[in-house]
Order: sequence, then structure tokens, then C-alpha cells
Amino acid sequence: MRRILIALGTTLTGLVLLFSWPTSLNRSVAATGTSGGTTTDDSTSSSDAGGTTDDSGASASGTTDSGTTDSSTADPGSTSASGTYDGTAVSTRYGDVQVRVTVVDGEVTSAEAISYPNRDRHDQQINAYAIPVLNAAAVEAQSADIDMVSGATVTSGAYVQSLQDALDQAGL
Amino acid sequence: MNAVAAVLDAPPTDERRAWVQQVMGMPISVHVRGAGARGPEAAAAVGALMEDLRAADAMFSTYRAESEISRLQRGDLTLADADPLVREVHLLCGIARIRTDGWFDAWHAVPGRPGVFDPTGLVKTWAVTRAARHLRELPAEIGFAVGAGGDVLVRAGAGRAAWRIGVEDPRDRSRVLGSVPVADGGVATSGIAARGTHILDPRTGRGTSAVLSATVVGPSLLWADVFATAAVAQGRRAREWVQTLPGTSGLLVLADGAVHRWANEP
Repeated sequence: MRRILIALGTTLTGLVLLFSWPTSLNRSVAATGTSGGTTTDDSTSSSDAGGTTDDSGASASGTTDSGTTDSSTADPGSTSASGTYDGTAVSTRYGDVQVRVTVVDGEVTSAEAISYPNRDRHDQQINAYAIPVLNAAAVEAQSADIDMVSGATVTSGAYVQSLQDALDQAGL
Repeated sequence: MNAVAAVLDAPPTDERRAWVQQVMGMPISVHVRGAGARGPEAAAAVGALMEDLRAADAMFSTYRAESEISRLQRGDLTLADADPLVREVHLLCGIARIRTDGWFDAWHAVPGRPGVFDPTGLVKTWAVTRAARHLRELPAEIGFAVGAGGDVLVRAGAGRAAWRIGVEDPRDRSRVLGSVPVADGGVATSGIAARGTHILDPRTGRGTSAVLSATVVGPSLLWADVFATAAVAQGRRAREWVQTLPGTSGLLVLADGAVHRWANEP
């Protein structure tokens, strides 16, 4: 269990790096990339990416400190880790970034930023350039916590089955 | 959990309302939130927005024989005699061609008819940006999000959290690849998913397929849209090219299954 938590912590660090380090992302990642139980491998790849950057705002030493995880709802008696884990909030030039990971039977099934900078005018401006965060695995649209959908042109026929339609219905 | 996360996790107690209308051949979604979102001012602003879009459709639709664009294409109307809005769009198309190194080309958008001016690829987000002026006149605390056939324009509203925009997976439209928080700006996606190949490589006149979809996030919806279209047209070259777009971020879903992301400083 402890090893899994450490692995998760490292993964969280990686995810935080991914989120807070825009210029390190100039490379391709597999579409369903960070899913599966091999969480430590994922974090190494993101650390490598960090090393290729020279003028990023986030400080590397600040983010590596988040290797310890604040686990919240994990069942300590269980042999396979399941639950949601909130990473330590990491300070970046733009503000605090915090990531929540959902784990089912030791596999990361989703990751989302639960905290990101949006407090003042400067941060709002920065947010216009926020990079789309890829979930660990593409999630079912119905379960995604989103307001609107961007996608290739929605035709009228497709719209009635679309997530946008569901979101509109919810707000009507 | 820190204070920031606690605030974000608080259940929305907002006033909120959504409208959907079929305009320009696509569903237009408008979501308004904040005090007054269900009031008459907001409803009037949304009505004016929809009316603007209908007027733009009448002027720019290539499916309407009497639109200014159709008359221009037939030679029944000269640019000098066209509506000032048509001349504005014509100018923007010229700038777009320059800013994309020719990869967005309104003069090579009609298959088999090079030289014919067709601004359709830019008109939608231009019209949405312009029509949203009615929403921008609402009190600053009111936020809005306008979705037009997969392109999204937002304003968070003063002191409010960003809107969260999901990015559709072009390979499975029931799923989202991820999301991006946007406080003020646009998210545009172009691709070949919804209607098959419909973006032409202006240099060959053929459809392209190396990029399934390109999503661009930036301060301007119009330019995000132009850049997304140009990225799809470029196919394999798109990965390098998007690095040259200052102040944008986004992702490319490539035909080989890879997803490429970027974020460039302003």
C-alpha cells in the first residue's frame, strides 16, 4: 500500500508538472497514455519532459516536494488501492495547482485539476492560455464535469445525441 | 484540501440559464450565469445575439442564392459595392491567409474552383464574436458561454471561476479527451470527424487526413478557429507549426493515435 501511495505521489507530481509546465508539453503523448497501473513509468516521462525546458515559470524543486500524497478516501485495509487522492497543492508562478486522481484496483482511471489559478485579472489572462488537460483515460462524456464542449462541427442530426445537448438540457 | 479547492468544490448556487436555437445550419447554445441570468435583460441580449447570427447567415451563406457572397461569387456584385461587413470579412480572410502562411485560404476553399472567394471557414466564429457584443453589455458579474457547432466563446464574469470546456474525442464523440478552464477567450476545434474530410489542403486541393482534429485555445475565438483549420490542413506539418502561434494552447489528435499538446507564451 505504501509503495502504491508513493507511486501515486510521483504520478501526481508528474501530473502537476504536466499541468503547470506548459513549455514542457511540446511532444506527443499516447492518446490513452497515462492509464493503467504502471503509474511510476508515467511520472518518469513527465520528469524527463521537465528537463527539456529552460525558461518555465514553475520551479522544479517546488514541485518535487509534492511526492508525499494527502490521501483522502483510500481504504487502508484494502490490498488493492481504490479511492480518490488529492495531490498536494503545488505553487507555480500562476498560482496553486492541485490534482485529484481516482484509482480503481490500483489503476488510475481519471485525473483532474481540482484547483488552478483563476483568482485575479492576471491569472484570468493566463487562463486564456491554459492547456487542455488530458484525463488519464478519456472519460465518458456524461461523467465529465464540464460546461460546454468543443468538437468538430456538430451537425443538427448529431446534436441530439451529443454531450452539448445534454449540457444544454441541464441548463434550460 | 486548501481554501481554493474548497471554493471550487462548493455546489453552484448560481442563477443560470441556457438557450438553444438552430441558426446558420447548426445549433447555437448560449449559457448565461450569475445574478440576472434568468432576467429579461439577459433574455433580450441572447435574442439580439441570435438575430445577429441570422442576419450574418443571410449575408454570407453560400447556400442562399441571394446572399451577398453568392452574388459576389457569380460576379453580380463587386466588393466595392458590397456591405461593409462583407468587406471586413474579406479583409480578415486576407490577414488569415498571411498569418497561416497560406494554409487558411478563402480563395482555395471551393473544390475545383480556385480563386473563388468563400469565407465560410471564418464567418461562423467572426459572426459569433460580433454577435456576442450584446452579451458583453450585460453587467460584468454575468458570465456567458456561447457554443456554435463545436466552437466556444466565453466570459467567466468578474470574480468568477473559469468555464470548463470539454474537448471531444474525434474517434468517439461520446467521450471527451479532457478539459480546459477558460476565463475569457475562445476554444475552437476543426477536424474531419463530424462530416468526413471537409478541410482542403490549399496547395493540392485535396482533403487531408493526418490530423483528425485540432483544438486551439486563445484569447480570440476567430483566430483560434482559423489556426485550428490551418493546422488540420497542414497534416503532418501541424505539430511544428502550432509552436509558432503565440498565446495559444491546444491539442492535435493525429491519425496514428498520438495526441500532441502545446501551450505557448503570449
